[in-house]
Amino acid sequence: MSTMTETATAHAAAAKSVARRRERWASSRTYISAAIIVLWCLLPFYWMVVTAFRDVGYTFDPTPFFTHVTWDNFATAFSSEMGNHLDRALLNSLFISGVTTIVALLFGVFAAYALARLNFRGKFLVLGMILGASMFPGVAIVTPLFQLFTSINWTGTYQALIIPNISFVLPLTVYTLTSFFREMPWELEEAARIDGCTAGQAFRKVILPLAAPAVFTTAILAFIAAWNEYLIASILSSDATQTVTVAIAGFTGSQPHQEPYTAVMAAGTVVTIPLVVLVLIFQRKIVAGLTAGAVK
Amino acid sequence: MSANVDPQAKPETAVRKPDGGKGGSKEVGMDRKEKTQGRLAALLIVPTLVVLAIVILYPVINAIIMSLEHDEGLDPVTGTFVAGGFAGISNYTHWLFQQCTGPGGETVSCPPGTLGAQFWSSTGVTFFFTVVTVFFETLLGFWMAVIMARAFKGRSILRAAVLVPWAIPTAVTAKLWFFIFAFDGIANTLFNTSILWTGSEGPARAAIIIADVWKTTPFMALLILAGLQMIPADIYEAAKVDGASTWQRFRLITLPLVKPALMVAILFRTLDALRMYDLPAIMTGGANGTTTLSILVVNQIRIGFNSAAALSTITFIIIFIVAFIFVRFLGANAVETASGGARGKNK
Repeated sequence: MSTMTETATAHAAAAKSVARRRERWASSRTYISAAIIVLWCLLPFYWMVVTAFRDVGYTFDPTPFFTHVTWDNFATAFSSEMGNHLDRALLNSLFISGVTTIVALLFGVFAAYALARLNFRGKFLVLGMILGASMFPGVAIVTPLFQLFTSINWTGTYQALIIPNISFVLPLTVYTLTSFFREMPWELEEAARIDGCTAGQAFRKVILPLAAPAVFTTAILAFIAAWNEYLIASILSSDATQTVTVAIAGFTGSQPHQEPYTAVMAAGTVVTIPLVVLVLIFQRKIVAGLTAGAVK
Repeated sequence: MSANVDPQAKPETAVRKPDGGKGGSKEVGMDRKEKTQGRLAALLIVPTLVVLAIVILYPVINAIIMSLEHDEGLDPVTGTFVAGGFAGISNYTHWLFQQCTGPGGETVSCPPGTLGAQFWSSTGVTFFFTVVTVFFETLLGFWMAVIMARAFKGRSILRAAVLVPWAIPTAVTAKLWFFIFAFDGIANTLFNTSILWTGSEGPARAAIIIADVWKTTPFMALLILAGLQMIPADIYEAAKVDGASTWQRFRLITLPLVKPALMVAILFRTLDALRMYDLPAIMTGGANGTTTLSILVVNQIRIGFNSAAALSTITFIIIFIVAFIFVRFLGANAVETASGGARGKNK
């Protein structure tokens, strides 16, 4: 009897240790995979930053950490004598993306509210149209807009860049906000009214604080989408209204006929770091916003 | 994309749902409520639709009208001024059948090297990029999503890291990988090769594909992850108790349940890849077999608006057909998934 229980416990112990070993193996496999993904995502970015701070003479030095550190590349990136107007391009991008975001939100908030909260005929049709619009190829509108803007002398103006941006930022705004709004506890508004709030108070004290993070997250996504636009800007901008993406694509360095890699990496770093910081701070919200439209 | 949305039938069910089960007597009240809600909804939505009509519909209609007229300007072959005028579908046949105007005004097949001769090769390149990048992005994205879904210490670092490539503008991504794939660049140093990456077809395409996969896989992974997280954990527990192996659990639970999210993710990425422009335009300028349809349109704009309008209309139609096939036959129902499963939890 006692031997049988002993073997049983021994078996159980053995099984447990096998299970534990398997678990440990599984978890270390998870860590290895996670490490590979993190390295794959971050190393190219890291390489850009390392190169941005590296002396031009050591452009192709494969040393994996910061060596020959210098700020010269940033000076080149902002040097108008060399034809690089990164400062102006940054302001242009900031202005164009900012106005695009604000306009898209001004219209999108109301449409999203209706789509999330109200029942009406043709709701699916409207949603379908807006989703369709968000996947619309920019190249299909750029030809007529180019001709139109040329004929009314708008090429090289800010509105010539803001208007086409609206075509993809507004649909993105509407469907991201719609899915955010759908998740909101709107019952609270009613509850507040029952508790004696006026409609205005209920809106100000209950709905606004609830909706603000959703609107803010959507604003970030909209801003990034507009900031990253290249095709339309490369055709419709002039030197004066050039955006950062166009500026970086056409960078010139100190040596003619030589790709100014380090300066380009410096410019890329300048353009990217604010975005990366923004994204990392609002990580959770942004992931929710990115996937909201597609999955829920 | 509204393809399988029946505007008549579905809103009905969606509207009735919240009231369902409470009997018919309330439906009259619902109808009135629906009417006032409908009016408010129209008031709120119409401005957005008007704006979209101005920035999308108007240019598209304009493009179609433009595409039916001759290019204005000096004829590149004869050197005489062409005043435009109605062209019928000649701009379309120019691209589709590669027909150009010969020196005597007759129709000849476009000489190699001209843009007109590049339509089908560009279409091929575009689809090649689309299929290959979406394939790898789905595969890698799925793997990343599965890892991200696991609970382990430091998971937040992983989730933050995948957002970095997504946040970098494509133009910067292009320049970054152009540098990595430079002749003296780190890719050749690491692998001890001396490949002129952007100098010939195979390597140039590979470089663009790698850059695109790096940049967009995280987006794919996050979409799939969101789908994975919708699967209740107890289904896995139950399957485990019933003795299902890891592979069986993946094939019989994970795949079918994540399929709707996966299909929408693939649809998004496919449509995005079909309009690929930034990466090839900046990395190779479209040289060495990397001219996508978008690049061809942009090159044509500088020569003649009207043929460019025809080409952009063709591009638009191609993308529309692909989207239609996805929604209709592959079950990528973006509208329904995006509308929050209006059947399920409409309040």
